[in-house]
Amino acid sequence: MPIRCTEEGRTLTAEVSGELDHHAARAVMEELDRQIDLTLPRTLVLDLNGLAFTDSSGIAVLLRAQRRMGQIRGTMRVVHTPDQAGKVFQAAGLERMIRFE
Amino acid sequence: MKRENCVSMEFWSCSANEGFARSAAACFAAQLDPTLEEINDIKTAVSEAVTNAIVHAYPDTIGKISMRLSLLEGRCLEIVVKDRGVGIADVAQAREPLFTTGSEERSGMGFTIMESFMDTLKVRSAPGKGTVVTMRRKIARRASR
Repeated sequence: MPIRCTEEGRTLTAEVSGELDHHAARAVMEELDRQIDLTLPRTLVLDLNGLAFTDSSGIAVLLRAQRRMGQIRGTMRVVHTPDQAGKVFQAAGLERMIRFE
Repeated sequence: MKRENCVSMEFWSCSANEGFARSAAACFAAQLDPTLEEINDIKTAVSEAVTNAIVHAYPDTIGKISMRLSLLEGRCLEIVVKDRGVGIADVAQAREPLFTTGSEERSGMGFTIMESFMDTLKVRSAPGKGTVVTMRRKIARRASR
């Protein structure tokens, strides 16, 4: 599983690594959903430091995570976005909807 | 444009082949000595084209996808991804940002990304016959060598 979650206080940190394409996206989405349901965090931090590649599947994963956090009145931020992923997210205008740090 | 080199391959529409296809394209493009950013752009565009074929062309079956990688004169890389799947009824609509007929795993940004990461994108499709996506990207010669 290219996702590893840790909880501290009411913050859930999810480190996504490897190649996040359509092939990997479903498992990542399901694990994120499961962890959010389990921990009901106030803040979700998506750490993309180990993300070697993504395409528009990554956009769908981020938007879904953001929507899930909205449903439980939490917030989400994305940290350590690699250049390749950043370019994909920028092409989709994601910086207008999601907080990148 | 004159073709200087060419590789053709055919693979099944299994999602595990998305990674294979983009890696194969990156390996072929390597002969042009591209930058890391250029390689990443090509991989991303190929990933989108092949994923479209896997998800949309063959929604309920495993079908065949062909990919032809060509080096055209003037350091231009051409990638053709072809399927014989369900086809696209309205190509203009399919190319619009955020349009998707897929599930929640799809963002509807595939064609937008192909367009912005490649120099040209041509989509030919006929319902019931399949889709051909042709993308080109010129790789500049690096001066400092």
